Amino acid sequence: MSFVTEIDYGTPAAASDKTVTLTIDGAAVTVPEGTSVMRAAREAGIAVPKLCASDMVDAFGSCRLCLVEIEGRNGTPASCTTPAADGMVVSTRTPRLGNLRRGVMELYMSDHPADCPACAMGDCAMAGMAAGVGLAEDRYGENGVNHVAPEVAGGLNPHHLPQDLSNPYFAYDPAQCIVCSLCVRACADVQGTFALTIEGRGFDSRVSAGMHEDFLGSECVSCGACVQACPTGALQEKSVQALGMPESSVVTTCAYCGVGCSFKAEMKGEEVVRMVPYKGGKANRGHSCVKGRFAYGYASHPDRILNPMVRETIDEPWREVSWEEAYAHVAERFRAIQQAHGRGAVGGITSSRCTNEETYLVQKLVRQGFGNNNVDTCARVCHSPTGYGLKTTFGTSAGTQDFDSVEAADVVMVIGANPTDGHPVFASRLKKRLRAGARLIVLDPRRIDLVRTPHVEAAYHLPLKPGTNVAVLTAMAHVIVAEGLQDEAFVRERCDLDEFADWAEFVLAPENSPEAVEAVSGVPAALIRGAARLYATGGNAAVYYGLGVTEHSQGSTTVMAIANLAMATGNIGRPGVGVNPLRGQNNVQGSCDMGSFPHELPGYRHVSDEATRHVFGALWGVTIDDEPGLRIPNMLDAALEGSFKGLYVQGEDILQSDPNTHHVAAGLAAMDCVVVHDLFLNETANYAHVFLPGSTFLEKDGTFTNAERRINRVRKVMEPRNGYADWEVTQELARALGLDWAYTHPSEIMAEIAATTPTFAGVSYPVLEAAGSVQWPCNEAAPTGTPVMHVDGFVRGRGKFVRTAYVATDEKTGPRFPLLLTTGRTLSQYNVGAQTRRTANVVWHEEDLLEIHPHDAEQRGIRDGDWVKLASRAGATTLRATITERVAPGVVYTTFHHPETQANVVTTEFSDWATNCPEYKVTAVQVSPSNGPTGWQEEYEAQARRSRRIAPLEAAE
Amino acid sequence: MQQATTDVMATARTIAERWKGAEGPLLPILNALQAELGHVPRETLPVIAETLNLTRAEVYGVVSFYHDYREHPPGRHVLKLCRAEACQAMGGDAVAERLAARLGAGFHETAADGSVTVEPVYCLGLCACAPSAMLDGRVIGRLDEAAIEEIAAEVQR
Repeated sequence: MSFVTEIDYGTPAAASDKTVTLTIDGAAVTVPEGTSVMRAAREAGIAVPKLCASDMVDAFGSCRLCLVEIEGRNGTPASCTTPAADGMVVSTRTPRLGNLRRGVMELYMSDHPADCPACAMGDCAMAGMAAGVGLAEDRYGENGVNHVAPEVAGGLNPHHLPQDLSNPYFAYDPAQCIVCSLCVRACADVQGTFALTIEGRGFDSRVSAGMHEDFLGSECVSCGACVQACPTGALQEKSVQALGMPESSVVTTCAYCGVGCSFKAEMKGEEVVRMVPYKGGKANRGHSCVKGRFAYGYASHPDRILNPMVRETIDEPWREVSWEEAYAHVAERFRAIQQAHGRGAVGGITSSRCTNEETYLVQKLVRQGFGNNNVDTCARVCHSPTGYGLKTTFGTSAGTQDFDSVEAADVVMVIGANPTDGHPVFASRLKKRLRAGARLIVLDPRRIDLVRTPHVEAAYHLPLKPGTNVAVLTAMAHVIVAEGLQDEAFVRERCDLDEFADWAEFVLAPENSPEAVEAVSGVPAALIRGAARLYATGGNAAVYYGLGVTEHSQGSTTVMAIANLAMATGNIGRPGVGVNPLRGQNNVQGSCDMGSFPHELPGYRHVSDEATRHVFGALWGVTIDDEPGLRIPNMLDAALEGSFKGLYVQGEDILQSDPNTHHVAAGLAAMDCVVVHDLFLNETANYAHVFLPGSTFLEKDGTFTNAERRINRVRKVMEPRNGYADWEVTQELARALGLDWAYTHPSEIMAEIAATTPTFAGVSYPVLEAAGSVQWPCNEAAPTGTPVMHVDGFVRGRGKFVRTAYVATDEKTGPRFPLLLTTGRTLSQYNVGAQTRRTANVVWHEEDLLEIHPHDAEQRGIRDGDWVKLASRAGATTLRATITERVAPGVVYTTFHHPETQANVVTTEFSDWATNCPEYKVTAVQVSPSNGPTGWQEEYEAQARRSRRIAPLEAAE
Repeated sequence: MQQATTDVMATARTIAERWKGAEGPLLPILNALQAELGHVPRETLPVIAETLNLTRAEVYGVVSFYHDYREHPPGRHVLKLCRAEACQAMGGDAVAERLAARLGAGFHETAADGSVTVEPVYCLGLCACAPSAMLDGRVIGRLDEAAIEEIAAEVQR
């Protein structure tokens, strides 16, 4: 088994076009100007001893091990803090340096445990470094004043601090700490949280979380950067302490959010010892968050279902069956349904959690096997407006930049996204850029963390009323056009001028002025003007947006309004600018790319396009239906009407994640055969007749496509506990339905995708292996992929300006429902929580809470922590309230991570006019004091428990 | 007690607000707070952090770095005795012992009657007049038996 080791160059790479050449230990080395002597030496293959340096953080120069001699200079400077210069002659190994290093190391070792457990297991640099510098003796002994021994002669050692085990995932043992500050600097520079410090001075210096608090109670967000940076065992994963050091590792891609971080899965046999962020990962550049780094325990959770199960009706207990029986059962039922109710009576839902290859197969199963286009995906409920809006205006259904681009941004506008919770690794990269001077505009009804968080403060926060995005963005356009701040040359060269003129006339209308919009949105006109001016004139301006843009009745309009602003100000087509959707799920971009929508074949080609239909039809030996199929809400409606009877759902919990839970439950209950293919008996499975066990991202090969259009490899690190990867299950199902599929590896599926889809033509597993990852389009025109899109012009030809008239949602507040509910996520939990609720992440967020402004709470007699009833036209639920000024008066907020709360019982069926993306972000509600769960919650709980029963196997005769 | 805590927080907030626009505002805030309250209470650090948009860890790191910042209220008087080389060479240790016996408080201690807190200091810049001390901000050179009596009389008055 192999082990992926990454070189630590000691200091970050310097970005300079100029190079310098120096001599190190006799060899000439050429490096960019600004490179440290330490890094230059490492690039030449010379590893200078070090303890306090890492290429993830800036040099600090405290450990004094990396001393070198430089001809013509006095003393022995630290190589980490000394920049390489032309003509420099450096020696890294001389007798003098050897003596100095041994002396330094001897002092370190005199205050480091002789029986250090981390040293013994090889997870501590001390022993290795001591051997490396040739330290043979310790003249100081162990009896001096030290931080190591709990007790000294005559009582307790006042310098000894006990271990801090408060964090569920890592331990802090101050006795092993050498106070190199790497953890403090990683927390500040890489993560941007600044939760750690060095307390005291001199011999009393100690690493402290918060104000000498335990890690869990401090400002720590458990990203793991400090643990990764620690050169000793002072900060160590508890999993390493329990399982021992890993023996092999494989680079793979995180299966949580759309950032798509690369990790090394470090293994011992079939067990994950730890997930370590991979520096070669171009999305995360060696950083991670609490989910990807630590919350992988769900993969081996006892709740996982490992055997297929079948039942006739949903009130029966499940019966475990063989895979063959399960496939045969589904095939027989689906064919029977189609015979009785027509070809269109069945459909499938692809998963944004599964790989591109698996998603491709599910839509292929529907189009080839079911013979219809009834396939949809969870992107329906998140970023379908992004696809529609960006396709219309630019010509591509995806973000325009790579994440590196943020490093070149001067102004960042975050709209309806909460990166520090939802996309934490991107947030760290963004915050780093903001600390370096970029300015920030936030459009959000809530005062999200980014508005003001240590070392970051937004220049403008526009706390708009939920549902008024379009009005505010159009008012910004009004300011830009009225004040002549548009980029004439860009518009003239790249956009359709007639459409621009029409749009300019539209935005100048008096009803789009900031003053008029103030009345609708609640945002002071001066703020709208200030934000517009900054966006248009502050240099490279980039928009990053989330579901607060899309999940509205005017979601698609909002996306186009953003595109209009970017085009009008020339902020498209180079690093540092662009329109960037922060995609929610690991492969939501990919699932859209793979033809998961009922109207689109892979590569966003409409089913009405005959040439495209022919490509697939000829390959698959079928005639592809030229009529779009049913979207998820249409499937549910059709089920209630009796014309839709069978559904194959792969890796999505529509009951919990889709709006208006009552409606979803009724639709599912009306079907004859619901097949759920998932890791767990999720909420949807309560209404299922067949359960096919799914596999985790650790158990299969494939690819995920992140928010940057980056296709990352997912690599199998362990055998599927359920026996089969999801693509294999779909294939067997297809074969049971009579299709002649015979893929032996996902690479063959990718080959089929590349052969049929022009934007993927250049993608193959060998290419991904060689390049690490590529960003589509990847084809003959762009053989190495496309980091930034629309560089020389828009994909659709000329950029299209679209009028974006504000139309208020039909979901209105009134006397019965006077407050507006909006929903979102927290850092530690993920989406419906199926994974994170099954990990120790629950210590940070064990239930959904309702955020309510003190004014609204007082009017209703609600105190912090009280149970409250949250009711809308659609339904009611109860949860506990937390009183905060993060939300404006009139607005309440909650998360949807827990099925006990079922926030979507409350959300309505209103949706985006173009794509049906549900309006999760706006629901008129009332909040009132309550004693506990609603009747519905109790009933649901009972039904769920009943539905999850599994019949005991009959004893063998 | 509740009232006292509220007052301390209000004082910290007022001082932090007064300085927050200045360049390098943290040390002036801590100095002003110690001047006002005689110490820098741990519970005020989050208020200062919030005002300056820092984390409480950062503020705590700075406070704990400087020995001059006290976490607890001192006695009615504060005596700083120099412990640096020149003063030690000129018999500073004996002076310290004598004072500890006379005042009822050694280094880092406050007398039982709350009259005085004794703190070490490393050089007052008065080496020519060693051994030296500082009582309530006023420097005293050439410490001898008479000076010790004078100090004792003043703090115990």
